[in-house]
Amino acid sequence: MTTVISAIVILGVLGLVFGVLLVIAGKVFYVEKDPKEEAVRAVLAGANCGACGYPGCDGYAAAVAKGEAPVNGCVPGGAKAAAAIGEIMGVAADAGEASVAFVRCSGTCGHTKKKFEYEGISSCLAATRVPGSNGANVCPASCLGFGDCAAACPFDAMHIVDGIAQVDRSKCVGCMKCASVCPKKLITKVPATSTNAVGCNSTDKGAAVTKYCDFGCIGCMKCKKECPADAITVTNFLAVIDQEKCVHCGHCAEICPRKIIRDFD
Amino acid sequence: MFASIVTISLAAILTNNFIFSQFLGICPFLGVSNKMSTATGMSVAVIFVMTMASAICWVINQFLLIPFGVADFMQTVAYILVIAVLVQFVEMFLKKAIPSLYSAMGIFLPLITTNCAVLGVVLLNTQNSYNFLESLVDGFTGGVGFTVAIVLFASVRERLQFADYPKAFEGFAICLVTAALFALAFMGFSGMKIPV
Repeated sequence: MTTVISAIVILGVLGLVFGVLLVIAGKVFYVEKDPKEEAVRAVLAGANCGACGYPGCDGYAAAVAKGEAPVNGCVPGGAKAAAAIGEIMGVAADAGEASVAFVRCSGTCGHTKKKFEYEGISSCLAATRVPGSNGANVCPASCLGFGDCAAACPFDAMHIVDGIAQVDRSKCVGCMKCASVCPKKLITKVPATSTNAVGCNSTDKGAAVTKYCDFGCIGCMKCKKECPADAITVTNFLAVIDQEKCVHCGHCAEICPRKIIRDFD
Repeated sequence: MFASIVTISLAAILTNNFIFSQFLGICPFLGVSNKMSTATGMSVAVIFVMTMASAICWVINQFLLIPFGVADFMQTVAYILVIAVLVQFVEMFLKKAIPSLYSAMGIFLPLITTNCAVLGVVLLNTQNSYNFLESLVDGFTGGVGFTVAIVLFASVRERLQFADYPKAFEGFAICLVTAALFALAFMGFSGMKIPV
């Protein structure tokens, strides 16, 4: 009987002592947490995509509560989240411009030359690691089409279509996770309102490009000459559209002899 | 004294490795070993808690449970209480004192409460009637053994992502096969003994 009682007493006393210790420790080691932080965290998209540049939604919420981060930093949350955060923080939210990913390659199946047939691990990263090859395509700047970007996309907005990655603009939120895994660095951010973009990233001379790709910018300057808004520049035999100047006329897409300027309309 | 400490260390790290020989703490071993960074974070937390738990449990056993004659059946209950409180306390302390370490350990800290290797080490200390120093060494090296196991396993798992194995083995199946091979390899240490 005494054993039973002493067991109960010992455990009871131990529990009580530990409980009191924890209460004291809780008071001593109390860390104030900003209630704003939790409120901000609640209105975020919660995808933990990292597009804001902070380690996950919690990190961003903490930075916003401290006033270190802009209220419109949540890319997937968009204008809605920005407005809600602005209300919590008491700042007027000017919604960040929505953006989407764009893959700068048009070299679909059968239109590009290959150095060799790659039959290894189905991953762009692995394919670029074959010694001395940097991918099986002759074009040094082309999409390899193994879909590392598609696997990285948390929103199912990236798909491999006909051998190259294509962005589904209706699903893309512009978190750019795809861009961070693309070993060829082909994916860029364009405004969601943009209507045209150059689907090529090759800086080789025109003669070289024509040998290995049926598409591919040859730097003919036709788009630059005919653009009514002066929005196109050609550097290193590659045309680039300045999205801020673009007037969305779509003329460049019509006249491009290589058909690499996309028209999203 | 020195010999017994070396023997304990060697046993805890290699011959009686908590994961590969005693099969304790398998949950965190499989759960957080898919990345090297998380594996090392967990390891640091485990080493810390195992050492602390060994020390505190020894004191409680020696000065509370044994004098009152309830040590036989109260050990497990009391030890679990100690470990749970300890983890809570360490979490609070780190949050206040070393926030960087706290955020590095993240969720692994509270998870240690349910790591049976921690309970295993304190119970084994009592079973082998180690003294205070021996318990401390066993706790620390037990944690080191856990680290060795999980870091080795994590480095293999990182490479497994690029390995070409049958589709049926995808996910945990291939991990368990790998862990089994590791355990087999660690059996090679079982003959090791230090002549005393």
